[in-house]
Amino acid sequence: MLSVQNVSKTFGGFRALQGVSFDVREGELVGLIGPNGSGKTTLFNCISGALGPSGGSIRFRGEEIAGLTPDAVCHRGIARTFQIPRPFRKLSILENVALAAHFGHMTRESDAGARSRAKDVLRLVGLPADGEARPGLLGAAGLKKLELARALATGPKLLLADETLGGLDFEEIRQAADTLRRIRDEMGITIIWVEHIMATLMRVVDRVVVLDHGEKIAEGPPRAMAEDPKVIEAYLGEKIALG
Amino acid sequence: MDPILIAEAAINGILLGGVLALLALGLNLIFGVVDIIWIAYVELVMLGMYAVYWLVTAYGWPLPLAALGSVALVTVLGLLVHLLIIAPILSSPPVNQLLATGGLLFFLQSFATFLWATDHRSLRLALPILEVFGMFLSFARLLAFAMSILAMLGLYLFLTRTYMGTAIRAVSQDREAMALMGADTRKVYLVTSGIGGAMAGLAGALLIIQYSVHPHFGAAFGPLTFMICVLGGLGNMIGAVVASLLMSEVISVGGIITSTEMAYVVAFVIFIVAIFVRPEGILGRRE
Repeated sequence: MLSVQNVSKTFGGFRALQGVSFDVREGELVGLIGPNGSGKTTLFNCISGALGPSGGSIRFRGEEIAGLTPDAVCHRGIARTFQIPRPFRKLSILENVALAAHFGHMTRESDAGARSRAKDVLRLVGLPADGEARPGLLGAAGLKKLELARALATGPKLLLADETLGGLDFEEIRQAADTLRRIRDEMGITIIWVEHIMATLMRVVDRVVVLDHGEKIAEGPPRAMAEDPKVIEAYLGEKIALG
Repeated sequence: MDPILIAEAAINGILLGGVLALLALGLNLIFGVVDIIWIAYVELVMLGMYAVYWLVTAYGWPLPLAALGSVALVTVLGLLVHLLIIAPILSSPPVNQLLATGGLLFFLQSFATFLWATDHRSLRLALPILEVFGMFLSFARLLAFAMSILAMLGLYLFLTRTYMGTAIRAVSQDREAMALMGADTRKVYLVTSGIGGAMAGLAGALLIIQYSVHPHFGAAFGPLTFMICVLGGLGNMIGAVVASLLMSEVISVGGIITSTEMAYVVAFVIFIVAIFVRPEGILGRRE
């Protein structure tokens, strides 16, 4: 479904990504991990069109998407969430999601259509569907849900989820991870998930891609990655026990 | 001092405030969304005034039709300003953007002087003066105020009830996030610039029925409009309306008590003091 080939990105003299290649199959839930500054968010930015890669190719469902504008990438079926939620704070929660539902599709939905789908998505992520309140009333967990709702409302086939668990408590983490899995299982949306909370990520994902200093250093099933000496040295620090 | 005169000045202040608010909203909308200050905004208003003037005097158009002509013309000018001048320098440093729109200001002033000389041109309409409770109110000002309120109401409904309007508000908060949600920001900018132009064209039509037009018309209203935007908090629409009313009251009532010149001095002193006390604008909030 997504094929990242030899992608690099330099900022001035700094190489944020160097020759990164990996594939994601339809329906997969792939974890993307690595230390801070390893290039995870830069890679998301290149895929979503916020940044043009300096080199390499990104193909989505057979079509080259590297260098397309973010709205064009969105219309082809890729949505992303931000690590730090970025809601439109002066709009209501429902307006936030309805905008995504309306503009996210190639063929614009009618007013009623976009609103009703926005409400469906709000229910799915566990937010009140009337949604007339402003995002300012939501706590950390609520803002993460809103971020996810906006991404889902664009009707994506591939979701790039950036640290959906950061700042959440134990119970919220369990719920959020469960929501991601349901999005994949019930809606059939392929997911690439960047996360620092390893124990949770490793339990949920099918496969892990590990970045370090802008390069892919390993790729494989979670259990193998958790025991890979290169991954432990670069990132994990110590072995983690998988439930 | 006669209280009737003060009351009359206060009402005139509100009436002037309506048109100033229309101008400030147009400038503020563009700034809030595109993040560029159109220094030459009131020069577009000036062209709208000339458009109405010539359509009425030279071509004999009825005034309402000429007003629509001004709205249409300046809408197109707004789109052209965006496409030809703003779009290529969107990611340039702010100083360059300021110089570019400032350059447009001098270009339009000089071009108007070249075409129409520096004569002050007025429609010389014989619009009635209404007497209400001993106060004399100009029908032209009442009309301009009413039209401004209608236009602002229309803008409000557009910004809150339509997807494009909501997207315009969203882009003013986070343009990158809006693009990732599938909105073409270039189109949002273009629509915003067109609306800004339409409001300038309407303001031109509302001003030419009250004032005479000349190439340096913007010298009086330009700084005033800009000052109102800053005072209300750049990009803050409600702040712009409040600041418009405040400034127009100071100018109108102050003008009766002292002199028009002194009232402008007081208005600008209030502005300077306010900027020291509340740099984010009277209704601005630090974010």
